[in-house]
Amino acid sequence: MEASEAKSKRAGGSRLCCICNKRRPVLKRPKTLQQICRECFYEVFEEEIHQVIVQNRLFKSGERVAIGASGGKDSTVLAYVLSELNRRHNYGLDLFLLSIDEGITGYRDDSLETVKRNEVQYGLPLQIVSYKDLYGWTMDDIVKMIGLKNNCTFCGVFRRQVSKHSLFTQTFIIPIIFCFMISSLIDFLKALDRGATLLKVDKLVTGHNADDIAETVLLNILRGDIARLSRCTSITTGEDGPIPRCKPFKYTYEKEIVMYAYFKKLDYFSTECIYSPNAYRGFAREFIKDLERLRPRAILDIIKSGEDFRIATTTKMPEQGTCERCGYISSQKWCKACVLLEGLNRGLPKMGIGRPRGSVNGDNKHTKAGSTAKSIESKQCGSLDF
Amino acid sequence: MQLTLEFGGGLELLCDSEKIHKVNVDLPNGAAADDDFTMKHLLSWVRTNLIKERPEMFMKGDTVRPGVLVLVNDCDWELSGQLDTTIEEKDVIVFISTLHGG
Repeated sequence: MEASEAKSKRAGGSRLCCICNKRRPVLKRPKTLQQICRECFYEVFEEEIHQVIVQNRLFKSGERVAIGASGGKDSTVLAYVLSELNRRHNYGLDLFLLSIDEGITGYRDDSLETVKRNEVQYGLPLQIVSYKDLYGWTMDDIVKMIGLKNNCTFCGVFRRQVSKHSLFTQTFIIPIIFCFMISSLIDFLKALDRGATLLKVDKLVTGHNADDIAETVLLNILRGDIARLSRCTSITTGEDGPIPRCKPFKYTYEKEIVMYAYFKKLDYFSTECIYSPNAYRGFAREFIKDLERLRPRAILDIIKSGEDFRIATTTKMPEQGTCERCGYISSQKWCKACVLLEGLNRGLPKMGIGRPRGSVNGDNKHTKAGSTAKSIESKQCGSLDF
Repeated sequence: MQLTLEFGGGLELLCDSEKIHKVNVDLPNGAAADDDFTMKHLLSWVRTNLIKERPEMFMKGDTVRPGVLVLVNDCDWELSGQLDTTIEEKDVIVFISTLHGG
């Protein structure tokens, strides 16, 4: 009796959960610094997400919603919580899991096994799309060609542009592996061969959490990417495109997602992408984590700052037009995916990476005199690359 | 003392891919019998005895790397004083890394 009392004294002090005042606390919430018990944690966690969904009007009843599933902690918890809230609050959504295979050996093949288990565990059907089918290149192929720098640029661009092709809004094709953020289909014809099913998607949800968004805000500031900075805190993006994407976890701390998954014993896959240690985002992440330790509220505050930024009227912003090659939304003549693909197919892996030199369609030779004469101020927003 | 240490979120890769380690930890040399054995001592023990590679993924200075969660008997170590948390016989300590894709 004394020993267990001593143990519980040590564990939560002699305090009780801030909310129910009955049970022993198991977690200190970074958001509020409250000490709460397991049951209250489940409740506030789920309720807060429900409120974010309702207040931001993320869904409409009857919508067919794809959950970007990578098998990782965020997407697993997202799938679990969303299907639970859908049931509990009658959102009326038709949910399914969407996964992408970038073709990264040892990383994606294992994580896809996890998504297949999630399909069974949560009773949500699974669809998979692959870069190989969509673009004719796997990430492993791409890295062989371009080396270990800038891989994330390729992967991220290809991933996001999957939805641009009618695949999602009209029809079929299927067993392709999806990435946890929808990517777009370029090679329509190849996919046709694989048989078709109707894959109509009204909306895509991803598991981006508060930490991710705070990192992105910082990253865009560090790169001077004003165009992205103005968009990156939006909870819903791509509303003018084929498939809107939203992030219900925008205000949810990564720590809480992991604790929720731990206590609920949710199955997820946790290996770092082998190419990621070279990504610039790593620095922003390290900084955010250090910051969180000192002042946990900083993460939400950075997001708030990002939401409240206003661009000076004198700043030149890139104009939104369409890509000449594929018709996707683009601020340049060719969209990023087309530029990158052209580079890969022509054996010019640096195309689309680094500072723009001359036009994409024209020759790649440039006069050194011309480019060095430009000053930083005359560069269009978002065109500086590291 | 007998302890159970668990590693998750990718940290197991630093300890020979073993998620669960049942260990016997000796009190540090020179410590008096009355001295409490704290997380600080345990971390240093783990770094020396269990972490086989890339210790910077697990620890930063005296404490765990930011982004690594620690649970003592299923309870957030922030509630029990972090590094000052006392460790007792048969305790279960879990280290979970959050630093990977979601």
